[in-house]
Amino acid sequence: MKTLRQLSIVLLILSVGQILQTKFNLFIPGTILGMMILLILLLTKIIKLKWIENITNVLLDHISIFFVPANVGVMVYLSQIKDVWAQILFIAIVSTVVVMGVTGAVVQLIDRLMARSRKEGNA
Amino acid sequence: MSQYFESPLFGVTITIIAFFFGKYINQKTKKAIFNPILIATALIIMLLINLNIDYEIYNKGGSIISFFIAPATVVLAVPLYKNIHLLKGRWISILIGITTGSLAGLVTIFVLCRAFGIDDIIMISMFPKSTTAAISLDLAKSIGGLPNLAVIFTAIAGISGNILGEYVFKLFRIKDRISKGVSFGTASHVLGTAKAMEIGEVEGALSSLSITVAGIISVFLIPWFMSIIGI
Repeated sequence: MKTLRQLSIVLLILSVGQILQTKFNLFIPGTILGMMILLILLLTKIIKLKWIENITNVLLDHISIFFVPANVGVMVYLSQIKDVWAQILFIAIVSTVVVMGVTGAVVQLIDRLMARSRKEGNA
Repeated sequence: MSQYFESPLFGVTITIIAFFFGKYINQKTKKAIFNPILIATALIIMLLINLNIDYEIYNKGGSIISFFIAPATVVLAVPLYKNIHLLKGRWISILIGITTGSLAGLVTIFVLCRAFGIDDIIMISMFPKSTTAAISLDLAKSIGGLPNLAVIFTAIAGISGNILGEYVFKLFRIKDRISKGVSFGTASHVLGTAKAMEIGEVEGALSSLSITVAGIISVFLIPWFMSIIGI
């Protein structure tokens, strides 16, 4: 019953997120609003981590399988991408490399600059 | 028999069996390219085509499994909450890094898609690919992309980042452990984090934090980028 009780908390927060999204016609998906609401409730200690820890582990341990049916949905578009699949695969991989490289390089660079300015400030 | 295919039981059953088969192959080969999600997807598509079953019929069961994406997205707040102390003193560089990296990815997609003459709808579906599938699916819907294509691109981003990560760090001369962790989570979500955890605890924790942070940033960044390029 514990997991079910915890699930009801998560579903309730999700529902609030979904209702806010449709009511105010927001561009942020209701699921993300739900996530932000949960984060705020955790940070303000209104919700204790242990109230939802079990269901969190259950859901995040199985998260991969939840996406399989959506992936299978690509079969509907197979005819639409069959002539360009090599190009879009190439673009997807190259842009992933760019995101990785640029993100890491910028974090590293700014950290070094900030460390240097701190050092100079102390001297 | 066709009565069985029409029932939700069929979709649920083959999804779970195909996934465990994919997981088994992944554990035997220990190769990121043999990703359980991709193996399961390929198996189910082949089965459906051979049995001449429409996606809509399969999805009567499939949608029951997909339902759990939404609550799983909400609880992504938990790893962020657990690791939020890691942001202390570093949050400026991490936020700027994630934003710049994500934007560079969007520009790359835009330029290359235009160069190859790819349809806008396919390009839009690719924009959210670095975010975790829970986010990319919903984001693709709200920006007018095709959610089912978006999740496939998301899987590609995850697998390629997992495999190529260490080469990318050499190429871009990234040595700092925190920067590596942020890179994995931002570019390759959960699959990048799996690799980051193999490399080290700091890398793993920052990668899992960055999944959620990058997801939230993308929710704002992608619609803004689309208004700039005028689509």
